[in-house]
Amino acid sequence: MFNFVLRRIAVAIPTLLILVSVSFFLMFSAPGGPFTSERPIPAAVMENINAKYNLDKPVYQQLSIYIWNIVTEFDFGPSFRYQDRDVLDLIQSGFPVTLTYGFWAFVFAVGIGVSLGVIAALKHNTAADYTAVSVAIVGQVLPNFVMAPILVLIFVLWLGWLPGGGWQGGQIEYIILPAIALGTSFLASIARITRSSMLEVLNSNYIRTARAKGLPFRYIIWRHALKPAMLPVVSYLGPAFVGMITGSVIIDSYFTTGGIGVHFINGALNRDYAVIMGVTILLGTLTITFNMLVDIIYAWIDPKIRY
Amino acid sequence: MKTLHKTLAAALVSASLAGTPVLAEDTHPVTGEQLADEQVFTYRALDESSSLDPQVVEDVDGSYIVRDLFEGLLNSDPEGNIVPGVAERWETDDNQTWTFYLRDDAKWSDGEPVTANDFVYAWRRAVDPELASPYAWYMSLMALENVDAVLEGEMEGSELGVEALDDHTLRVNLTRPMPYFDQMVTHATTFPSPQWVIEEHGDDWTKPGNLVGNGAFVLTEHVINERLVRERNELYWDNDSNLMDKVVTLVINDENQALNRYDAGELDKTDIPAGQYPAQEAERPDEAHVFPRLCNYYYSFNNEVAPFDDARVRKALAYAIDRNVVVDNVLQGGQFPAYTFTPALTAGFTTPDVAWGQWTQAERDERARELLAEAGYGPDNPLRTSLLYNTDEAHRKVAIAVSAMWKQKLGVEATLENQEWTTFLTTRSEGDYEIARGAWCGDYNEASTFLDLMQSGSGYNDANYDSEEYDRLAAEAQTMSDPSANYTKMEELAAEDMPNAPVYHYTGIIMVKPDLKGWPYEDVQQNIYSRNLYKVAQ
Repeated sequence: MFNFVLRRIAVAIPTLLILVSVSFFLMFSAPGGPFTSERPIPAAVMENINAKYNLDKPVYQQLSIYIWNIVTEFDFGPSFRYQDRDVLDLIQSGFPVTLTYGFWAFVFAVGIGVSLGVIAALKHNTAADYTAVSVAIVGQVLPNFVMAPILVLIFVLWLGWLPGGGWQGGQIEYIILPAIALGTSFLASIARITRSSMLEVLNSNYIRTARAKGLPFRYIIWRHALKPAMLPVVSYLGPAFVGMITGSVIIDSYFTTGGIGVHFINGALNRDYAVIMGVTILLGTLTITFNMLVDIIYAWIDPKIRY
Repeated sequence: MKTLHKTLAAALVSASLAGTPVLAEDTHPVTGEQLADEQVFTYRALDESSSLDPQVVEDVDGSYIVRDLFEGLLNSDPEGNIVPGVAERWETDDNQTWTFYLRDDAKWSDGEPVTANDFVYAWRRAVDPELASPYAWYMSLMALENVDAVLEGEMEGSELGVEALDDHTLRVNLTRPMPYFDQMVTHATTFPSPQWVIEEHGDDWTKPGNLVGNGAFVLTEHVINERLVRERNELYWDNDSNLMDKVVTLVINDENQALNRYDAGELDKTDIPAGQYPAQEAERPDEAHVFPRLCNYYYSFNNEVAPFDDARVRKALAYAIDRNVVVDNVLQGGQFPAYTFTPALTAGFTTPDVAWGQWTQAERDERARELLAEAGYGPDNPLRTSLLYNTDEAHRKVAIAVSAMWKQKLGVEATLENQEWTTFLTTRSEGDYEIARGAWCGDYNEASTFLDLMQSGSGYNDANYDSEEYDRLAAEAQTMSDPSANYTKMEELAAEDMPNAPVYHYTGIIMVKPDLKGWPYEDVQQNIYSRNLYKVAQ
């Protein structure tokens, strides 16, 4: 296992470097720059700006300065757009927000999704099954940018129970809507995966054997069926969690939580090179880490898997 | 005479302020309205502001926040008139050398007095190559002596045309007479900044806790992309006349979501999404407001490429746009059909009644057909072109309507093309287009802020209009004490050459809760000062 983790980290570093370089060149190939504005900035002013942000140097040199500063000083540079802030500042203020409601979205999606899936499988071909499947399908076909306004309409405008956005330091009423809007489509996927995998397990030989032995049904489900049925779900969770963090682009922008996701889109639109790079590196690292964690959990759940 | 007049006006204003009777706390001292117990104003901002540093900030929302946190030499009142700020009075004999006399009771929020040196420091800082502020151009626009040399690093900041004669007297030297210079020092770039705080905290000086300002409010909370809170500054020299205790900015990117949150009672003020004004106005007439803005909307023709190097083609397309349809049926927000580049409300200048603006639309259409036929286009040889705009629902609607008018009236085939903002700006400034959308909001309330856009040497001149006569008139206008005659000629010349087709002049369209009073609806520049706002009891 230890060797496995080491090997994965050894692969992760070049992967990140490639990601950073490709993003860097892609970014510079987009027309315009961070200081493109409706006002033509006088040449003298533009020269001063370019010198300050190293934009007067060739791209490969900017890239190496950028990577060097990260490696030696963990300095991701100043934001080009929010000039009083540096990128680390933005990430430090935004990431905890996204992580908080991302975590609750995850709990919501896994908790309800797994329960729905299990119920549907146990009550196969009954009204309960059909209801659970319908809920899953509705959740799946409603993208979060449709889900969010619907939730706002119901809980903010009609019922008046919850605020329509903001964060306020993460009070519970500000977390609920973003978490549900973000988690719903994942909930639906988890429910469907759980249901089909549970059905497969329930129809397998060893469960039939256990039943024939006369073990109580509830014991069979808890002891023998649930764990193997969770395998496909677990392998889905790693990408799902990262998907939630990146999917927060829309949620952050709609609910203006101040989370990290909005920097992704604003960074790209403003050509805020430093911010896009910072967020890309963060999300890249997260993706790699979570995939590795899932592999480890996998080995723990399924004794047949050895690395 | 001018000097005397200004000093008198300033004296009168301060006298009338000093003479205001102090009433009970819960009524407005002037109107006598019953005030609400809680004086908190919450509004929507489209985006996080670029900076809270007066010398760096570039966006409208950010400038408003900076106006609350700092105060410049002069302010504008709710009608847009210039009134004293840190400067009690000011004088000039030739519009080229200006002297500002600072009040002695102005204080920074840490208790230090505001002195002329704070302005000198700030102005030098704005052009300092090391700060590299994107708004340093504003200082060139002000025509301060030696500004360009300082920007280019050829001269020291100390040679900039601004000096402190003593702690309370500021002398400004310009390279040319500028009759509207007093307007220019109401802008955020010219606000003072606290040298000792900036030197202590460096780039972090604008964070809550560090920031020291001299405005009516102090910064108490700032979460990027979520909220910014500022509260009453007890040390502000005119604190007694400020009725507002707290102002909250909420960043909400989506305008429909902002309207939802307004409906849910979370906001006191928000913008009305394009096309929704009539519905909102019918439903809530006391909350939906529309008022003129100092902004224009136009289509630029690329004057350098065929077929738009032919004035007849440019005029034909400009004439064929039925501006009343665009304004009344497409936008529905009380905008004004435009036949001149400069909005009619621009101060100190009456826009001329250019001939084509006086015709009926039928006459314009008729003339458009003739011109296009003269230029060699007709049913057998239809004009094919493309219309470029930046991605936005309202721009798309206007572009569809206009291209349909061209098609129907002139048989012109215009393909629509949209690009994301930064890409659009790059394409347009590189001249890689045939027709492109343009819009401009005045930097100050004077016609040159619009008319300068059509000078051949100007970097703003995306139409690539090149007229010697126009350039001559513009250069001459800079040194005239009353340049209106030249501005009129420039507008007439533009109507003749039609480098751009003016489409409409903007309005501001906002929702404001009925208990919020003091909004400067009459200020076409919308320079908002929160200390002029208050809430009445309901």
